[in-house]
Formats: sequence, C-alpha cells, structure tokens
Amino acid sequence: MEFLIRFKNPLFLLAVLLIQALALAVQVRTPVDPSAPDGGGVRLIRMWATSTVTPFERAASAIGSGLHNAWADYVDLRHVRQQNLALQRQLTRMRIEQAAIVEDALEGKRLQAMLGFRERYVGSTVAAQVIGASGSEQSHVLTIDKGSRDGLRPDMPVITQDGVVGKLRDVFPTTAQVLEIDDQTSGAGVILESTRIRAILSGTTAGGVQIDNLTADSRIKPGEQVLTSGGDQVYPRGLPVGTVVSIAPDPHHQPYTAIVVRPTVDLDRVEEVLVITGTQSDLPTDVQQDLTAAQAQHAAALSAERLPGIYDDQPQPAATANGATPPPSPAPGATVPTPVPHPLPILHPDRFTSGSTPAASELTPGGPNTPQSTTPPGSQPDGQKSPSPQPQPPE
Amino acid sequence: MVTRSYMSRREVEQQSFSLAVAVLVPVGAILLQVLLPRLLPSLAILDLPLIVTLFFAVSRRSPIAGTATGATIGLLQDVITTQPIGVNGMAKAVVGYAAASLGSRIDVDNTATRAILMFGFSLLQSALLYLIERRLLGIRGFQILWLHELLRAAVNTLVAIPIFLLLDHARRRE
Repeated sequence: MEFLIRFKNPLFLLAVLLIQALALAVQVRTPVDPSAPDGGGVRLIRMWATSTVTPFERAASAIGSGLHNAWADYVDLRHVRQQNLALQRQLTRMRIEQAAIVEDALEGKRLQAMLGFRERYVGSTVAAQVIGASGSEQSHVLTIDKGSRDGLRPDMPVITQDGVVGKLRDVFPTTAQVLEIDDQTSGAGVILESTRIRAILSGTTAGGVQIDNLTADSRIKPGEQVLTSGGDQVYPRGLPVGTVVSIAPDPHHQPYTAIVVRPTVDLDRVEEVLVITGTQSDLPTDVQQDLTAAQAQHAAALSAERLPGIYDDQPQPAATANGATPPPSPAPGATVPTPVPHPLPILHPDRFTSGSTPAASELTPGGPNTPQSTTPPGSQPDGQKSPSPQPQPPE
Repeated sequence: MVTRSYMSRREVEQQSFSLAVAVLVPVGAILLQVLLPRLLPSLAILDLPLIVTLFFAVSRRSPIAGTATGATIGLLQDVITTQPIGVNGMAKAVVGYAAASLGSRIDVDNTATRAILMFGFSLLQSALLYLIERRLLGIRGFQILWLHELLRAAVNTLVAIPIFLLLDHARRRE
C-alpha cells in the first residue's frame, strides 16, 4: 500500500499508457471489411467527435464562404472581362481539339468493343463543400457536408475538375471524411500516361505523394502524367492524379525507386469536391451528345477540306459585342455548315506560283523571259523594303 | 533579513482553474487546431493542444493531473483524425507528466523558462510520436524530418509565449 502511495504518479502514468497501448493493439488489427477501417466502437467514438466538431466547422465555413463570396462577387471584379474573353477563346480552342480527337476516341471504342473490354465511366456525382480538416500534419483528412443521407458510402472516389482528391473513409449521416491521396494510409492504383507502366501510389508521412513499388526504369521521366488505372476498384480509370517530379533510388526500400508525384489538385486548398456515387459502362448522355456533335463537326470539316466549295466566301458568323466569335453549338446529329477553309498565305512565292506569270497578251514572241520577282509587289510588310543598289562613287 | 520568494509553496500547490476554463480552453484549442489550417494550410504546423497541455500541466504542478490532461487532449485530437486513437493520447500523457513534474521543481512563470520548456517538450513529443508510430504500430514508412520538427518547435514556442500570458489571467488562486 505504501508502495502505491509513494509511486502513485508514475504508476498512474503507466496505467494510462498501458490502457492506450491496449486500445491501439485492438485498433491496428487487420480489419475484416476493407471499407470499414475502424471497428464498430472506434467508429462510434469518431462519429461522436465529428458530430461535436462539425457544427463549429459548418459555422466557420459559412462565415468564411460568405466573406469570400461578398469580396469576390461584389468587390474584386478586376480583370473579369479579360478572363471571360480568355475563357471563350479557350473554349473555342478546346472544341477544335475535341473535334480533332473524336476520331481517336471512336476508334478506341471500336477496339474496346472488339476486345470485349468494358470501360467504366463516371455516371453520377454528388457535389459537396469542404467544411473541415484534421488540423494535423500527420493526418490528411477533409470533412465534407454530405453524408450517408445523400447516398455516400465508404470508398467512393472524390475528385475535383483538376483530378483526384481521395476517397471517402468514414461516412456519417450528414458528414463524411475524405482520406486525401497524400495521407500516409492512402493508396491508389495508377498508370503512367506515356509508358503505360502500372504502379501503386501512396501518401508519405511528410504529406507528399509517391510511387515506391517500381524498380529503376529509364523510360520514366519527370513531367510524365500519372492517371488512375482503375485496377484498385475504387477510382475510375483515366482520372488525372499528378505529375512525376523526381525519380531517385529509395534508400529504405532497395532496389525500388521513390518516384515523387505532384498532385494535380492543390490538396491544401480544396473548397468543393465531387463524390463519384456511380459508374456506368456507357458514356453519360451529355457526353454522348457532345461526342455526336463533335463527330458531325469533324465530318463536316473533312468534307469541306476534300470537296470544292460552291461559295468561296461564306459569311462569317456575327461577332459579339465584345468582339469574340460565338462558339458553334450544333444540334446532336445535325450536319453543321462549316465554312470552306481559305488557302494559307504564300510564304515563299516562285515562278510557279499562281498569278505570277504575265498574261499571254503581254508577252512578246521571241522576246526574253521576264525575270520573275520572288516577292509579289505589296507582299512585304512595311519597313522591310529590299535595299536598292546604291551608285558607287567614281574612284 | 528574511527574503520572501515570489510564490509560497502553499500558493504553488493550490493554483487551479475554474471548470469552465479547464474544459473550454482545451476544447477551444482543438477546434482552432481544426479550423485554422482551413484558412491557411501552413498553420497546420501549430500544435495548440500541446501548448494547452503544457500550460495546464506546469500550472497545476500535479503529475497525475498533467497526465490526465495530456491524455484527454491527445485522445480528443486523435478521434478527429484518421490516426489510431491513442497515438497523441500516449505522447501527450507523457508530456503532461514530465511537464508537471518539472513544474513543481523550477520556476515556470519565467518567460525564458517557459520558452525552453515549450521548445524541449515539442521535440519530446515528436520523438514520442516517432517511437509510437514506428516501433509500437510498426509503420515502416514513417519517417520524421528533424529539421521540420525543429522549425515546428520554434514556431510553437513563439506562439506559446503570448498564449501562456493570456491564460495566466485565468488562474484562480485560493
């Protein structure tokens, strides 16, 4: 008894440590269900804690969003017109690029059909607002304002328009926790875009993302894009994950290399996310419509290139008030009238160039050939006149 | 001439806090720890729960109270992350015990002493977390960047000094 009283302080510490060590031992057992990483009791404790913290996070998020929106929507409107113009130009350029790759996409689909390969596409998503984080450098978790009542379940992938954020870990009735791809317990099946090497991406304790299950391969270069492979049965195939930053031998894991990847999503500043709640074997309806329209546009462009046009100068679409050309919006399945492309300007004309030969009525029989000017008159830009020979002074 | 110390032994033993302060300050620290990195991600380097643990431990000067405070705050911190519950609980329990043991032996009201304590216990907590993650849980890939931990200790020390001064006003002396 005297021993207990004398050493009550260290004994109390030991008891507290022992209880927690036992609790840790229970928790780190291999979970039976991979979609439920915590046991029932631990999950309940986490749900209580999250339910306690969430109202404060919601309030802080609402206040922050309100202030930010007030500033962004009413005060900070500089350069909005320029951004709008740039976005319109970008949209036009991307529509052209889409038309260019539509043939490849269709060919890919035909080949997939021949091989019996069933691609999974993003079918349905739920938009959610990020309202909280773990607040720890050792744990990279986000809290979103949607939960099981909105149809969310553990292991559903979470993305933004830039790429993969992570997957759902714990889903509570009104909130859910997103395990980011840079968390040390996170993992994803990926594929390197150009080399088509499959790998496993995982988070590091320092909050980074890296691939550490590949041996040295000279084909892997910094700058290579990393996409989801779909092999982990969590993330749909083809979502952008990141870019290879560096490749170096892993001193702790020989003979493998540590390939550091920079995520495409700024994981520290995620505000809104999309939770993929369903996938399907066919393309979504809106994407199919886009594809059909792009296909029609591409076919029309091909016809215009191959066939002579009746009308040489078709009227250009009317410019909008700000000078930008409105992007085409063809109806699905409709043939889009495409203007006949004009020939490109002649950069280096010669004597075979159309229009450079004088008319037959101006030629003198038996006369010398008229020296052809290599530059049609008026084709030189201002300020670039060819120097005329200067008379030499008599010696 | 008899010199009187700044604080008598009786005062040292009887420093305490009201229940509201003892509950709301740790809870507020944990909430701020969750909210601040949302505003500025680099603020995740702060460890407000550790600062609060240290303050209560050295102020109460009771190893049992320090252990209980550290374990409670650490467990609360664990349940809102994905870490197994007990990682921070164990680390902060040891920190609370050690800080309270030191608090009964040295003058912890001195700012320089507080700064040294904060810096040292921040590094101690990093070492404890490394031991727990690497040795106890067997996470092979867990590494610790000691330069970053030194920076974290320095930043937390700078932040802890004004917080300690603020919390000094919440002391209740009987």
